Amino acid sequence: MCHCEDKNIYLPYLMRIAQVTQEAPGVKTFRLEFQNEEEGQKFEFKTGQFGLYSVFGEGESTFCIASSPTRKGYIECTFRESGRVTSALADKEVGDTIGFRGPYGNVFPLDAWKGKNLVFIAGGIALPPLRSVIWNCLDLRENFKDITVVYGARSVNDLVYKHELKEWEGRSDINLVCTVDPGGETPDWTGKVGFIPMVVEGLGLSAENTVAIVCGPPIMIKLTLPVLQKLGFPPENTYTTLENRMKCGLGKCGRCNTGSSYVCKDGPVYTLAQLNGLPAEY
Amino acid sequence: MAERYKLTQDALSALFEALAKDGRRILAPTDADGRTELNAVTSPDQVSKQYLQTILSAKETVFPKVERLLSYTTEGGKVDLKDAQPHALPTVLFGVRPCEAGAFKALDAVFNWDSRDKFFNARLEKLAIIGVSCTSADEACFCTSAGGGPGDTQGSDILLTPVQGGYLAEILTPRGEAIQALAPQFFQAGATEDKEAVLAKVEKAFDREALTAKLPGMFENPVWKQQSLRCIGCGACAFVCPTCVCFDIQEEADPKKGERLRLWDSCGFSLFTLHASGHNPREVQSARWRQRIYHKFAYYPERYQQYGCVGCGKCTRACPADMNLKEHLVEAAQAQ
Repeated sequence: MCHCEDKNIYLPYLMRIAQVTQEAPGVKTFRLEFQNEEEGQKFEFKTGQFGLYSVFGEGESTFCIASSPTRKGYIECTFRESGRVTSALADKEVGDTIGFRGPYGNVFPLDAWKGKNLVFIAGGIALPPLRSVIWNCLDLRENFKDITVVYGARSVNDLVYKHELKEWEGRSDINLVCTVDPGGETPDWTGKVGFIPMVVEGLGLSAENTVAIVCGPPIMIKLTLPVLQKLGFPPENTYTTLENRMKCGLGKCGRCNTGSSYVCKDGPVYTLAQLNGLPAEY
Repeated sequence: MAERYKLTQDALSALFEALAKDGRRILAPTDADGRTELNAVTSPDQVSKQYLQTILSAKETVFPKVERLLSYTTEGGKVDLKDAQPHALPTVLFGVRPCEAGAFKALDAVFNWDSRDKFFNARLEKLAIIGVSCTSADEACFCTSAGGGPGDTQGSDILLTPVQGGYLAEILTPRGEAIQALAPQFFQAGATEDKEAVLAKVEKAFDREALTAKLPGMFENPVWKQQSLRCIGCGACAFVCPTCVCFDIQEEADPKKGERLRLWDSCGFSLFTLHASGHNPREVQSARWRQRIYHKFAYYPERYQQYGCVGCGKCTRACPADMNLKEHLVEAAQAQ
């Protein structure tokens, strides 16, 4: 049998950087447009999915699509300079070309969340994946009941999407609670001061007809999940995303698995009930 | 059962010539400085006379150490991206053992279970396998515990078994029939030699399916740590393994042009799963050793309904710390 028609699954789209936003020290957001318009029109993704972004000459790096699929014509990614590729990416400017492969992975189940209250809890650089789904839900606002966002960072300066946080603060259909770690506040800071698990515990959240979505560094997730459990959120209604290292994004290169679950194919979105059934290799 | 033919040593020489005339490269085990290596040959005389197995596996024929996935130029800020075409030669793999012939199925499962990998497929499409049964085995061998056997036909297009005056030939697939059709006069029908009598004896060491059923419940068993204490994380086991498929993708570039390459990797390396933040989900060698066993004996069967180990024993022979996979699996199968 000939499979000569097989496509090169490792070939990225060429993307033009349309906009660069400095979000926080070392953190940038790129708005990316497809260099080939036809590819751009065909491209579809759902919230929760990720891709591999590449700098030609340096390599590929994995992160989520940080924009909402309801915003057509572009995708956005937010990244922190931390390695070879992200450092090279940070040097790129408007008009430069980078590569993108995707979308990969599973999605946040927005259909299953219809008619429910949503509580998003994000720490530090983990707001980007939730920003995609938050905007997605805000753009389909009638589908959901109360929307609450708890976002924390080490310091005021480290908060990402500062303009959007301001916009959410001004909207009556979303309840935003921002917090910074003790010592990270500024004299004019009006938000909370304290670690996310404590802040969440003090909000008086009801688990009734409510879905919780938690994203953040491992230590934050580890300490926040017990709080949600105490508040009565069942593991089936508690979601998070895993961010294991990946090279292919296609279920072949063999490094992102936790147990038999490939984060790149079966994830990155998991319920706590699913995670409880996997070895803690994440 | 496939019909059995007799192929004399002279007939094999003529078959090699017919294959060369048909434009096929023949790769076979050869003796090179005391090592058995897979090399291109033109005559059966060049094939190693006394070999158990090659040190490296034959997976290189479909999954090379380095594969160019794409290339590009970046002059003047403009990226010109070029798709890469695998340089796949029509190849006959001669003399691989039944264990290794059976390993291609496991590679195929990973490369094509979801999206299709054109690089692997282009090479596999042009590959035919003339396996040779084992008449000897060593203490590392455990094919009979891994679903195979010294004369197992799975994976070979033609399987030869050495008998008095030549070989017993079993034509197993359409690709095997196509090879036979190149020189049908050399295959004498009606061979009566007893295949089973010449095969090596490999005692079954453990029950694979029972081990698979047991693994989910023994993730925290101390056996993994005990076994891995001697592991130095060198990755030799993965590099010689005929089914290990884990790979890395790296860039090789200068300021004007570059290539994206796929390279062999190993779950035994500490960098394999290391996050940019410094966090490592498999932080210690015992977790990495356990991953190796679970991947092959728990996750493969669950995902692909097949195993990621053929019991060839190459990893055991290559291990500089004398880890013996068969013994470790027996130990795991017996662990409380």
